[in-house]
Amino acid sequence: MLAFTEHRGLVLRLPWENIDTDQIIPARYLHRPRDAGYGDQLFHDLRFTPDGKLRVGFPLNDPTKAESSILVAGKNFGCGSSREHAVWALLDYGFRVAIAPDFGDIFFNNSLKNGLLAIRMDEQSIESLMQVEGDSTILSVDLPHQSITNRDGLSLSFEIDSYRKEALLKGESEVQMTFRLLDEIKEFEARHITENPWIETS
Amino acid sequence: MGKTLFDKIWESHVITERDDGTALLFIDRHLVHDATAQAFDQLKAEGKKVRRPDLTFGMADHYIATHHEPDRDPVHDNMVTTLAENARDQNIMSFGAGDERQGIVHVAGPELGLTLPGTLLVCGDSHTSTHGALGALAFGIGASEVAHVLATQTLWQKRPRSMHIRIDGELGPYVTAKDLILTIIGTIGANGGAGHVIEYSGKVIDELSIESRLTLCNMSIEAGARAGMIAPDETTFAYLNGKPFAPQGELFERAVSAWRELKSDADAQHDKEVTIEARAIAPTVTWGNSPETALPITGHIPALEEIELNKREQYNATIEYMGLEPGEKLTTLIVDRVFIGSCTNSRLEDLREAAKIAKLGKAKVPTFVVPGSQQVRRQAEQEGLHEIFLQAGFEWREPGCSMCVAMNGDSVPAGARCASTSNRNFAGRQGPGSRTHLMSPAMAAAAAITGHLTDVRELEGTKC
Ligand code: SF4
Repeated sequence: MLAFTEHRGLVLRLPWENIDTDQIIPARYLHRPRDAGYGDQLFHDLRFTPDGKLRVGFPLNDPTKAESSILVAGKNFGCGSSREHAVWALLDYGFRVAIAPDFGDIFFNNSLKNGLLAIRMDEQSIESLMQVEGDSTILSVDLPHQSITNRDGLSLSFEIDSYRKEALLKGESEVQMTFRLLDEIKEFEARHITENPWIETS
Repeated sequence: MGKTLFDKIWESHVITERDDGTALLFIDRHLVHDATAQAFDQLKAEGKKVRRPDLTFGMADHYIATHHEPDRDPVHDNMVTTLAENARDQNIMSFGAGDERQGIVHVAGPELGLTLPGTLLVCGDSHTSTHGALGALAFGIGASEVAHVLATQTLWQKRPRSMHIRIDGELGPYVTAKDLILTIIGTIGANGGAGHVIEYSGKVIDELSIESRLTLCNMSIEAGARAGMIAPDETTFAYLNGKPFAPQGELFERAVSAWRELKSDADAQHDKEVTIEARAIAPTVTWGNSPETALPITGHIPALEEIELNKREQYNATIEYMGLEPGEKLTTLIVDRVFIGSCTNSRLEDLREAAKIAKLGKAKVPTFVVPGSQQVRRQAEQEGLHEIFLQAGFEWREPGCSMCVAMNGDSVPAGARCASTSNRNFAGRQGPGSRTHLMSPAMAAAAAITGHLTDVRELEGTKC
């Protein structure tokens, strides 16, 4: 996974609630292989009309926002389908941070496993990020210090599990890490299946 | 203090815990489908093989054709074939095109007995919550997690909180599990269950068939919950008895005696409690682009003034997207399509309900009936349900996800309004520009024969 330490970038504000993963990337693009990239399909049907024109009013279509890399969204961002493509599309477009009052649970897990720093924040802090203007829309997100700042003195702190923080900082794959526990897994497994023999079907 | 059903299953699967409280869980059942190709690629990139192919089962559903189409996009068939190839390479039993056990993973899994009480079941699909209807702890995971489960048969998870929804009273005529869950989502909101596993109980639940329980648990994710679950009871055991992958004979008896312990203790505490009165529920439909926009069919499209200030911008966009007039009665909405199918409502019971209504008229708009599995299709045909549908001018198709997500090419045209028994009314879900209204199978069939959203209780011939 992509490691994450510090990131400085422009904010994109998307103050809507319940933006589902179908909006983040429509299902018809999911068959593409991972290395084909999904950046162009990000928010596809929100960004483009059916005949391929830019939709006026969608925040990402504002030319001054095209280079955004920090998303600030409304409640329940990334709800719906479990598609990890939603995270890949955000990353491939260039987003490294997503901030919301809360996220769809699966989306939240997917984000942190791919190096997209998903941050849950109280609505008041979100509100303050929704209000910033001009130069102050450039934020610095510092994972080691768990802080978000801008040059106008905005300073917010955020929570993250120590383990997830560690993994992000190192960019380490969870599979390799879990394999170190293989003996413990096997021991549990043997006992568990003896107690519940119907788990094995054949 | 006593334990909840969730506590019992969770705790019996914890291999180890990190200091931050995240647990490494053993996975008893892992279901994979034809939209999981990238996870197999990740597995290969890690240089690993599937650790427990015997606990992993494949199912072709998202991309499978539901009808012979000469000009079908080869990309879709490719996904189905890729699943078969990955399954073969990894020695996984997989039910693909042409297999009599094939179906939507959340329909076929339970009916094959792959889903068992007390087990921890995962699948790279959010509607995995469905399987909780049999007393399993079942939830959807992302592709990286799928790769992790394939490689290790385990999963790291933070322990969710538990929520208890008790449903009192009884359901009125033509009020189904679908109306119940839509009402629950309308009540607690699309993120009302976020971070929680919901346990449903109460008199209404005790009396529900397994099929209806599956419908209910299926849409728990639409309330933002990780999972939904119902304690197994005699109905559950009778349902599982004799299922191909369920334990047989003496082992079944042993399993049942263990499964009887799987219920929340009387003094167990849930983190959240909600009570729903079933008598108040009418047949329910959604009007917007989130399942929380659920209303009784007797209602109207809310006017701007009825919407909270901070939601008005989004409300306006929804009204425009859905092509609605604020204040108009739901029953005046003209439909262009009807879809009866999906892992929410494509089981035999659903098709029987839809067929009862189909008998009363002829389809005014193109109507798809897509059984959830080959087994459902066979049973429906044995009962002659397909004849009823065909006579009513409905299309009878092959099993798969079909128009629920439009990934196989079955889609609702842009701007068309679809009465759908599926679970998501998100913008573009059934195809770019599609306008979806969610409802029960009987309500969808009623819309098909009248051409507009209809209170099924008002149809000539349903009065009781
Ligand atoms: S029927 Fe729809 S919701 Fe269910 S698994 Fe298929 S695509 Fe997902």
